[in-house]
Formats: sequence, C-alpha cells, structure tokens
Amino acid sequence: MTTYFLRHLQVLFQSLGRLARTPFASLMTIAVISITLALPSGLHVLLENARAVTSGWEGGAQISLFLKRDTSDQVARALAEQLQRSSRVAKVDYISRTAALEEFKRLSGFGQTLNALERNPLPPVLVVYPMVGGPTPVDLESLVAEFNRVGDVEIAQLDMQWVKRLRAILNLAQRGVVLLGVLLGIAVLLIMANTIRLAILNRRDEIEVIKLIGGTDGFIRRPFLYEGVLQGLVGAAGAWIVVHTTLVLMADPIRRLASLYASGYELRGLGLLASLGLLAAGGLLGWTGSWLAVGRHLRAIEPR
Amino acid sequence: MIQVSHLHKRYPGGHDALRDVSFELADGQMAFLTGHSGAGKSTLLKLITLIERPSRGQLIVNGKNLGKYRRRRIPFLRRQIGIVFQDHKLLYDRTIFDNVALPLIVSGHRHQEIARRVRAALDKVGLLAREKMYPIELSGGEQQRVGIARAVVNRPPLLLADEPTGNLDAELSDEIMDLFHSFNQHGVTVLVATHDLRHIRRLNMPIIELKNGSLVRTTVAEA
Repeated sequence: MTTYFLRHLQVLFQSLGRLARTPFASLMTIAVISITLALPSGLHVLLENARAVTSGWEGGAQISLFLKRDTSDQVARALAEQLQRSSRVAKVDYISRTAALEEFKRLSGFGQTLNALERNPLPPVLVVYPMVGGPTPVDLESLVAEFNRVGDVEIAQLDMQWVKRLRAILNLAQRGVVLLGVLLGIAVLLIMANTIRLAILNRRDEIEVIKLIGGTDGFIRRPFLYEGVLQGLVGAAGAWIVVHTTLVLMADPIRRLASLYASGYELRGLGLLASLGLLAAGGLLGWTGSWLAVGRHLRAIEPR
Repeated sequence: MIQVSHLHKRYPGGHDALRDVSFELADGQMAFLTGHSGAGKSTLLKLITLIERPSRGQLIVNGKNLGKYRRRRIPFLRRQIGIVFQDHKLLYDRTIFDNVALPLIVSGHRHQEIARRVRAALDKVGLLAREKMYPIELSGGEQQRVGIARAVVNRPPLLLADEPTGNLDAELSDEIMDLFHSFNQHGVTVLVATHDLRHIRRLNMPIIELKNGSLVRTTVAEA
C-alpha cells in the first residue's frame, strides 16, 4: 500500500519535473486553459452579482389599488386604515382623485389640456407597501387576488412586472453561461488531448522500451494522466486569478456607480465552493482529456 | 525453456518469415541462433517476446503457450525475459543508473532494493563507476554493456540477444559474448542471434541455423 502510494508520489514529481523542463510549452497550454476557463467563471461571477443586486429590489414591490371612481374620501380613508392593520402590510398611502390629477398634470406635461376636461377622469388610489422581509414571507400574488375581491377596489395591480422580467432575463443568461461553460469545457478537453498526444509522440522511444521490458499499459498511462491533471489544475488556478484580477480592476468604477445609486454594493468574487468547483473542473477536464489521448495513442505504439 | 514445434510466421502481404521450425532449448542452456540476414532470426526472437504472434505451430516459453496469450498478460511475460538489442535501445535523457533501474521500477520494486540490484548489475558489466553518466558519454561497447545490465537486473530466467555485437570490433565483441557466457554459467538460459561465426567457433556452443525461414541445422534437441 505504501509502495503504491510512494510510486504515485514519484510519478507526480516526475510529471512536475517534466512540465518544468519545458516551461514555455507548459505555460502556453496552461494559459490557454486559464483563459478558456476564466470566461465562463467570470460570467458566472457577473451573474451572481446581478442577482445579489436585484434581490434587494423585491422590497420595492408595491401594489396599487385603483378604487371605484365614485368611492368617497371617507370610504377610501377607512379602507386604508383597515388595510394598514393587516400584518402583511407595511404602509398604505392614499392618493385622492384631486391629488392624482394634480400629480398627473405636473408629471405628464398635459397641464392645460387637462383643464379642458369637464370632470376628473382619475380614480382614487391606495398604494400598498407589502411587509417584505418580515418573519413570514408574504405571497404577493395571493395578496393581490385578495385585494381584487374587496368591493370598493376596481383593480389591484402589482408593480413588479419589470423585476420579474429582469429575473427571467437573468435566468436566460444563466442558461447561456452554463451552455458556454460546457462548450468551453469541451474545448479544454480537446486542448488537453492534443497536448498529451504530442507528449506521447515525443516519448515514443521511451514508451516502446518500457513496453519491451514489461511495463503495463497502466504504468505507461500514469505519468500522462498526472501531466493532464496538473496542467488542468494549474490552468483552473490561473482562471481564478484572471477572474479576481478583473474584479480588482473593476472594483473602483463599480463602487463609484454604486455610490451614484446611493448603494454601498461591493463586488463579490468566486465563493469558496465555486472556487473549489473551478479547480475540480480543471483537474477533471485535464484528466479526461489526457485519458482520451492516451487510450487512443498508446496502443498504436508497439515495439517493432 | 523454449519449445518450438512446426512454427510458421507469415507477415501480412504473404512473406513467409518462418516455415515449419522446430527445436527445444532446455533450461540453463546457451545457444546461438544463426543464419544470413533475412533468414528469420529476428522474427523468431519477436515471436518469443510476443512482439509478433505466430501464424501456425506451437511456441512455449517458460511453460507458457504463447499461441493464445492474452494481450494484457504480455508485460508480465516480458518481465521474465531479458532482451538485449543491437542498437541498445537506451533512453538518452536518463542516467545509466536510471536506465538500468527501469525494469525494476516497472515491476514495482522497493527503492532500496532497486539501488542494490542496479549496482550489482552494473558491477557485473564493469560500469559501476559510470552510474551517474548519460548514455551519450559512453562508448558503443559500454552502451551495449548498459543494455545487458538492464536485461539482467530483473534476474530473468531467459536472456535473448539480437546481434548484440553487430556494431562492435572483435575485442569488444568477445567481451560481450563472454558476459553472456558467464550469465549462462550462473543458470540463465541464453539465446543469442548472431551471424558472426567466429563466436560460435570460439565458445563451442550449440547452434540453431535458419535459412530463408527454415531450420537447416541445429545441435540442440529437435522437438
């Protein structure tokens, strides 16, 4: 058992030594793998940050209750008070028909034209801010349905459509990043397979001699698999460095942008789990790539 | 050690390299495999080491029938056979020590054991002082002796050599052949392919002579 372990350790150091002896070629391969892996990782980080930023926006959800046009001020205020008492509602603003018209005149720029109207066309509105982030999560959809059943309410509308759309876009982007990741993963696999193929052809004589003196296929395969795993791992570490260097370079402009929105948002990098995942993916791709190459080319090299 | 009966080898393309060859080399025997070039000496050695497969006939090496030997088992068969090549087949990016150690590393020996056996093998061929050098720094005769040390370091019961003295002058050739002889005296079965009749006369060993793939004369037992 210890002999087996020692032998693997020996092969590991042999492979390290071999990579170090051809630093330029090794670095080229590792750099290509780094860049290839950095692209999906970087996009993943970007998406995660977008998600984190927009998750705060759910608190901005508000439900507009458009009351029936003939609802009186008193009834509207009473309803507002009644709603206010619900544990699921944080705040209720009442906008009377007059106030609504004033606001519309001010914001729409139709001021004079609106004066020509015989009567105020706008309904009174209750703006309800649901209790978000409380002890029990509020189901906004069912709340809206409930409001719609209240007699004085013409229609209740959740102003969150655009947040939903943004979510949908982010989900779509996520899917795109996954697909891109798969494609680039395959690219890493092929790069590795080709690198190992060249390494095998370079050491044709050695493989032939080892086969002649009784080396098993496993013995011959081992150093190539180690080379693949090592280059994959170092490539993944390189990708991590690329992503985090980019984040450091972007941190300042992001901070300035965030401060313009009065937000103290700080960019997040790859978490521990994602970093380990990146390394594992690099190692696995390197191993698989070299395994493919070795399986294919080792049989072709037989002593003559 | 080697039992050959009615052995045929036809290469793809129809060339008959061996036709109906039969002989037996007993355990601990030493013999010369001879004949002009193209007579089938190399083919016979390739069949014994399973580099090639026989077309017909039976070939038994060290008690194993090579006719239907499984590919996966081949490495373990080759560990029982020391092979010496005309062109040495040394690895030029490794030291003499590492070259000789290769068969032991391949079969998974312990580190201390490897060092001990490599030095013993190098000592036997008189190159102990050169263990840290690279093959390129040695003369042709010395390189061949490294090849022999590598072939015997695993203490195989059978030693094969394909024209081991092909590129060497007479004096160096004699030294190499004497080495094979001394291994034989220590109980190793030895089969040396050579077209140099001088050695055969000098050492007075049994011969197996091939001509155009057929056995024409042998002084070992005919199976």
